[in-house]
Amino acid sequence: MRAVLGRDLRLAVRAGGGFGLGLAFFLIVVVLVPFGVGPETEILSRIAPGILWVAALLAALLSLDRIFALDHEDGSLPLLATAPLPLEGLALAKALAHWLTTGLPLVVAAPILGVLLHLSGPGMLWLLVSLAIGTPALSLIGTFGAALTVGLRRGGLLLSLIVLPLYVPVLIFGAEAARRGADGLSVATPLLLLGGIGLGCAALLPFAAAAALRVTLR
Amino acid sequence: MLEGVSFRVAPGRGLVLRGPNGIGKTTLLRAIAGLQPPLSGRVEGAGERAGYASHADGIKPALTVAETLGFWADLYRAELPEAVYDWFDLADLRDRPAGTLSAGQGRRLGLARLAVIGREVLLLDEPTVSLDAASVRRFAAFIRDRHLAQGGIAVLATHIDLGLELPEIDLTPHRAAPEARGGSDEAFL
Amino acid sequence: MSIWSYANPRKFLDTTGPWVPWLMWLSAAVLAVGLVWGFFFTPEAERFGSSVKIIYLHVPSALMAINAWLMMLVASLIWLIRRHHVSALAARAAAPVGMVMTLIALVTGAIWGQPMWGTWWAWDPRLTSFLILFLFYLGYIALWTAIPDPDQAADLTSVLCLVGSVFALMSRYAVNFWNQGLHQGASLSLDKQENVADVFWVPLLVCMAGFVLLFVALVLLRTGTEIRLRRIRALRARARRAETVPA
Repeated sequence: MRAVLGRDLRLAVRAGGGFGLGLAFFLIVVVLVPFGVGPETEILSRIAPGILWVAALLAALLSLDRIFALDHEDGSLPLLATAPLPLEGLALAKALAHWLTTGLPLVVAAPILGVLLHLSGPGMLWLLVSLAIGTPALSLIGTFGAALTVGLRRGGLLLSLIVLPLYVPVLIFGAEAARRGADGLSVATPLLLLGGIGLGCAALLPFAAAAALRVTLR
Repeated sequence: MLEGVSFRVAPGRGLVLRGPNGIGKTTLLRAIAGLQPPLSGRVEGAGERAGYASHADGIKPALTVAETLGFWADLYRAELPEAVYDWFDLADLRDRPAGTLSAGQGRRLGLARLAVIGREVLLLDEPTVSLDAASVRRFAAFIRDRHLAQGGIAVLATHIDLGLELPEIDLTPHRAAPEARGGSDEAFL
Repeated sequence: MSIWSYANPRKFLDTTGPWVPWLMWLSAAVLAVGLVWGFFFTPEAERFGSSVKIIYLHVPSALMAINAWLMMLVASLIWLIRRHHVSALAARAAAPVGMVMTLIALVTGAIWGQPMWGTWWAWDPRLTSFLILFLFYLGYIALWTAIPDPDQAADLTSVLCLVGSVFALMSRYAVNFWNQGLHQGASLSLDKQENVADVFWVPLLVCMAGFVLLFVALVLLRTGTEIRLRRIRALRARARRAETVPA
């Protein structure tokens, strides 16, 4: 797993790896929102947690189809599948690599972009925490979706169609935690539910992703 | 695709699969590698001991030659023998990104992977495509003097003569008849 | 004789084929009785006026929208465990029917919402859940159509159906959590028996039975079509193989 993780991280940061694209997309979406809804501080600060969560989710979605598609195109996937690492481990390593290269930068950048949307101090803290807990689940769900659609023509579009409904619970609890945090309410319940979803995804989705990969490789 | 194919390869021996394009050499190798289950019959002794090399080398353009081989050694928890670079004539290319290699050089890198993963049973699908004559000789020497000499097994699907003097099996007579049983379509006929 | 013997495509076709027209007529008759009874021979509820009569479409279609997904889940499990092709094809056949049922439930919900809430759409937890269910149906059907190999498609869609079921259930509770209390008074829980007087309940039951029959008939019909399509495919493949091998 460490080997795959290292390779994917190295590939992501080298030229053509697409590292930072998600981050740039995140920035652009957040910059565009005030143009759409108007510059009133009050409105912006009220919708900021939700906007930042939706933008982070879309930015994470952007790089999902690269998780397995590149390995499929250059023939690495059957070679990886015959390696000693079980496919479940491969899926987990891939999800972790995706989170480290996409999710983690989003978590770090979110409070900075929160300034643009007049997010309050506690709001920033809880946005950071909710994203830190929620984005690994986004990567895991995305890895499952990528495993389902690897090798399909128009796979990218299909991937969004399949993954976005699966993102609903994460988005609801994540954004709810951030919103409650910004309003100074208790955030424990949504955060715990968010963490529960994340742990459940980590425990089960690698198996589903591996099952899908086995079918695809057949 | 194929039916009635049966063979047994002893340690230190090899086998060459022959037959026209599309007969099912790749399918047979993938089945031995465990990537796709055979419709009937079984494969013994391969599984965890098998290393598979497909048409494609699975090379990442952004990684250097040394990084690529290091990754595979790491994944298989094997040592990366320094001599690999000589066996496959890669010493000068060590720090070149794999994306800048020519087709033949890339193929040599793909084959060098087989020397670092430390698997006893090598399943090779058209290993000599895009190799020049000298590289073919180098590769044949690796299979004969390194791999088979240490008790390894090699099953190759190839159209050219590697000069390895391995037993051959011609798959042409084993082409499955059109009305052959098996496959998911059978239930609907 | 085991129930699994009907998993043979030909046996399935031979057995269910003659049923389909009967089921169609029966569902038409039951639906006609239920709807006419519901629309014209029930009193108007004091709080809702005549708008309440849309429940005779809304509730049965919502019921079938969920049951269709459950049926797909069971069929997917049977396919994954026992590899019966008919099961996978039945799941495929049920998906568009379930999606249309979801759409009917959404549209009738919106039409009902207009006089009740004064708006076509409210992010009521229940309506929202159905919107999400609709998206799940879309993704499932899109995956089926995107994969050329039928067995691979059956496997991957079955995995999606399993995982999707878990997430759909989570979404249901997440949505409740997300919009708790906003539409408390307006949440029209008429489909719970205890809240409904018998004069409304009996014709509603008849309509539900009609929708169930309609669903069964449509799924059997569509499964038969899918089986025939697979059979055409298999025969074509055999003809192709016969051409490539000289006799």
